[in-house]
Amino acid sequence: MNVPAAPLAVAGAVAAPATTPAIEFNNITRRFAQQGGKGEMVAVQDVSVAIAPGEMVALIGPSGCGKSTLLNMGAGLYAPSAGEVKVAGTKVIGPRREVAFMLQKDLLLPWRRIRENVELGIEIRGMSAAERRERALKLLDRCHLTGFGDHYPYQLSGGMRQRAALARTLAVDPQVLLLDEPFSALDAQTKMVLQRDLAELIDAEGKTALLITHDLVEAAALADRVLVMSARPGRIIEEIRTDLPHRSDPLARRRHPRMGEITARLMELLHVGESEIV
Amino acid sequence: MNKSGFNLSTTAMSAGVLLAFLLGWQFLPPLAGIPEFILPGPAKVWAEFLRMQSVEKVWMHTGITALEVAAGFVLGSLLGIFVGFVLGVAPRAELVLSPYILALQIAPKVAFAPLFVMWMGFTVYPKILVAILIVFFPVMVNVLTAIRSVDPDWINLARSFSASRWQLFRLIEAPATLGPLFSGLRIGATLAVIGVVVGELVGGNLGLGYLLTLGDGQGNTAIVFVAIILLTGIGIVAYGLTALAERKVLHYLPRANYGAV
Repeated sequence: MNVPAAPLAVAGAVAAPATTPAIEFNNITRRFAQQGGKGEMVAVQDVSVAIAPGEMVALIGPSGCGKSTLLNMGAGLYAPSAGEVKVAGTKVIGPRREVAFMLQKDLLLPWRRIRENVELGIEIRGMSAAERRERALKLLDRCHLTGFGDHYPYQLSGGMRQRAALARTLAVDPQVLLLDEPFSALDAQTKMVLQRDLAELIDAEGKTALLITHDLVEAAALADRVLVMSARPGRIIEEIRTDLPHRSDPLARRRHPRMGEITARLMELLHVGESEIV
Repeated sequence: MNKSGFNLSTTAMSAGVLLAFLLGWQFLPPLAGIPEFILPGPAKVWAEFLRMQSVEKVWMHTGITALEVAAGFVLGSLLGIFVGFVLGVAPRAELVLSPYILALQIAPKVAFAPLFVMWMGFTVYPKILVAILIVFFPVMVNVLTAIRSVDPDWINLARSFSASRWQLFRLIEAPATLGPLFSGLRIGATLAVIGVVVGELVGGNLGLGYLLTLGDGQGNTAIVFVAIILLTGIGIVAYGLTALAERKVLHYLPRANYGAV
């Protein structure tokens, strides 16, 4: 199960980079009380991940392996049962300015215009209305939503709504982006275009990102490193450095000859096709 | 059908139904041998309505009932919104109070009318109070349920931006309750009329409820019909204004999501 397939994989502990990681999970365990109060469920067990500034790491694993739990702890929404999360070297005890997250659901507020939705985070943080507006319009341009600022969410397609969600995430100027299956609700083509836009933005701005996904090709096409988690209780069982060119262009990466090799290895690790139970 | 859900032919058909109803009402009861003092026809009701304008000051009574309905509806709604919000953001308070709230909700509110009349006399206040009590519950319950069912991911999103408790309420929870709030208000608008009429039936010499007892006492069924029609009119106006406000406020929802009017 844990046989390293050289030269793609580096099995075992994740080596900490020399510089202070942008975000790190140190020996994280998270337990939840079972429904009905009987016993505990261990969602994540002894997980350590360190992500260097500017690095894009994808996390894949079977359903319910605790990927989202890890992300919520990264966002400071709840604390780990054991271990600690650090952002830029300091321990996370609550939501942090440097971190922003984006989910599969766009979470746009239907009563706010698109521009006002993009402004949500900076409004909460107390930025002045004029400044907010300027930044939101700039981000709408960058996310290819020019001219849609005054629309309401229901007037936009799923792909455009997710672009707006990305703009809202970037509006708070986070150093670390936590992305929880951000494109999994989109159709295949929209997804590829949005992956490219995300890769461009993250590469251009040197943002750090942790991408949780079920899509093995997405993981390989976007990430510098892919971490594979086991079924619950989730542990990291494998780390694969993608080492592919065209970091800012996942569409080009998809066509790269080594893509097949990487996804095949990921399928093997996740036992895709070996069991009917998914 | 066009977007608004009706067109000329459906409007014409609706008008046709009204006409057929009025004709049936006018001509069928005499054919069945029902005397006019038992079931007055529309012509008789109309004549009575005209007579009441001068003799019974019917517009004055209508105005008083309408004001009581408006006051009861507005105050009951505000109270319902306030208590709904407070209980919504304080789950502990809700747990403590829920058995009493449930009991009060199950109790037939109109049964309080005699009590209120005894306390406050033959004034407008007991009528308004019954309306407040009856409007309060659907509004409060809808607001409370809506706050409870706000998408937790919205809350997490705002929390991840370090939102304060007040910001969570103002930016997420309060606006998220607007849809269910208006459903509650539409129910409340019709209930307010019931509350006021029951109050007026119990005591006093003002309002359309008083005209109902007057017609009853005189054995004048036409007066009762006039009062019923005017009460329905007040209810329609209250409901219509609420639905109009809903359209204005919830403009950001796709049209299909508007409640039926």
